[in-house]
Amino acid sequence: MRLLVISALPLLVALAVLTVPAFRGRRVPVALLAAVALAHLALVTSLWITPEPPTLGGWLAVDPLGLTVLTLTSVLFLVTVIYAVGYLRHEKPGSGRVFAGCLLAFLTAASVVALAQHLAMVWVGMEATTLAVAPLIFLRRDRRSLEATWKYLVISSVGIALALLGTFFLASAQGDGAGHPLLLPDLIEHARELHPAWLRAAFLFLLVGFGTKMGLAPMHTWKPDTYGEAPSLVSALMAGALTSCAFLGVARVTEVVMAAGLGPFAQPVLIAFGLLSLAVAAAFIIGQGDVKRLLAYSSVEHMGLLVLGLGLGGVGAYGSMLHLVNNGLSKGWVFLITGNIVLATGSSTAAGNRGLVRTLPVSAALLVLGLFAVTGSPPFGTFMSEFTILRAAIEAGHPWLAAVMLLLLAISFVGMAALVLGMALGEPEPGTLRVRESPWLVAGPIALAAIVLMLGVYVPGPLHDVLARAAAALGGTGP
Amino acid sequence: MHSTAQLILLLVVLSDLAILGTTRLSSCIRGLAAQGLLLGLLPLLIASRLSVHAVGLAVGTVIVKAVVLPWFLAWAIREAAVRREVEPIVGFIASQLLGALAVALAFAIASRLPLPTVQQPLLVPVSLATLMIGFIVLTTRRKALTQVVGYLILENGIYLFGLTQTERVPFLIELGVLLDVFVGVFIMGIVVFHINREFDSLDATRLTELTD
Repeated sequence: MRLLVISALPLLVALAVLTVPAFRGRRVPVALLAAVALAHLALVTSLWITPEPPTLGGWLAVDPLGLTVLTLTSVLFLVTVIYAVGYLRHEKPGSGRVFAGCLLAFLTAASVVALAQHLAMVWVGMEATTLAVAPLIFLRRDRRSLEATWKYLVISSVGIALALLGTFFLASAQGDGAGHPLLLPDLIEHARELHPAWLRAAFLFLLVGFGTKMGLAPMHTWKPDTYGEAPSLVSALMAGALTSCAFLGVARVTEVVMAAGLGPFAQPVLIAFGLLSLAVAAAFIIGQGDVKRLLAYSSVEHMGLLVLGLGLGGVGAYGSMLHLVNNGLSKGWVFLITGNIVLATGSSTAAGNRGLVRTLPVSAALLVLGLFAVTGSPPFGTFMSEFTILRAAIEAGHPWLAAVMLLLLAISFVGMAALVLGMALGEPEPGTLRVRESPWLVAGPIALAAIVLMLGVYVPGPLHDVLARAAAALGGTGP
Repeated sequence: MHSTAQLILLLVVLSDLAILGTTRLSSCIRGLAAQGLLLGLLPLLIASRLSVHAVGLAVGTVIVKAVVLPWFLAWAIREAAVRREVEPIVGFIASQLLGALAVALAFAIASRLPLPTVQQPLLVPVSLATLMIGFIVLTTRRKALTQVVGYLILENGIYLFGLTQTERVPFLIELGVLLDVFVGVFIMGIVVFHINREFDSLDATRLTELTD
């Protein structure tokens, strides 16, 4: 029952918002958004405390992987809604109900992806996330956001179409008699009976398809444009929650492939995509002049780390799961802070921002801290998870791989530090005044920062347990 | 029944090639509608017996792929007042040659695949050919609206492959897929409409402001 409510409640409210005439006009029903966000998070939290049996004939169920992504999405959604209270005082979207309706539709779609045990249902949810977010990218209604929306729609639609083909390949691999079609537990149980050639094809197509939505290189080209042009709170939700859902899609097929004993086929492919993403990100981070585009490339880098951890196996799978949480939270944090800067100065470029420490002290401090979190420096959680993936590379007998990883991460760090420190420090343009930072706009990022900091020092028992079980499902081990 | 299905599959390939060769956007969309109708008939012919599932899929497909989407795209052309032609990056003859090559390749690949339950030997090659031709249209045409047509052909190719699994994939899922495609094209149509207003053209190659 709870699973049904978690996935359907936001949809019902979204439909109400989109159809009831009372919600017309530019006013956004923020109170309603907040109520749904709180109810959603409360229900998700209750799943951690008491287990819930599968519903809908096993189509919806809670497993460690799904629960991680679901919780991450729910937390980020609540933080985004709190942020929206402050944001909407400065900027009004053209249509309040499109704004609220699309956010809620996204929450439904992401919840379905996280809870679905039927791989075709995972696909339906994933495609729905694309569609729910597209109108949000186009919120400003100018040329640049139009171009970004178009690129995003076309590239993700083609990517997700390939994932659908991959899903059908998987059904072909199953043939007749290997359990219920496309139901994850059955696929894993009968993994050894799957037709290996179809399974390999399915893996490749699903990896490329969902990889497009994650933003793995070389399918990442929509990412800088989209994150750069979308309102920052939408970018935060996309970089934190949507990419995590897409990673879940890749993780699902990896579970099946590992159970079928095709690890030696899949792992090098995952490692290759991971390394390429790290390299492309490093190349474009150097000399980048816009924080939002910079963060988009940083997202490409971290998606690369996630599949790299999967590909390395062993403790790497645990590293990936931990990194999923850390990356989601820290991307949400930094994108929201970037939003504050854009609200105050109207620009996210280094050229338009100098000496933010003077004009926006709290945001500037959070931005600099965010720089260290996003680049995986101690004492933040990202350091722990990146270190775990690095350890996996060495334990798997690839010291050269660990060296290349370190080098690329270092390059990205230098590039990001150059831009961010340049914006935060220095003298502001003469005549710029100190801006009052509303608590609504900084409370969420501070909360996220606190969690990322805590995860660097101490991973709570239940979370550790869930992540370790997820890693085991992915063919890896706990730390 | 089977020979009718084969005939329809051949017609699908012909409609692919026809779309590749047309110079006018409106005939492109008519070709797409015809293809949608053909795809709608297939579940009825392939199913071992007429079930609610097959009939529902057929009706849903005809409504979405043969009626609503073509009508919507035609509306978008009218509203945006696009009278001009398809404007290929690769010439028409070259793209038809590419299309023929894709069909040959599709048959070559399909003959090597370990086929799933083969009730319809043509289904998999036609699906692959349609997929590749969708890709060709998507990548070699300038207008944003023609790119939507390309995406729909690609999606049709995947739908054809899905028919090999239709008895095993539940109806609800197929409905979800159709709904997603429908909403997707709807949103694309709206964006196309705005592109036309902002840039006074549907030319997607003019979307080049965002670069590093």
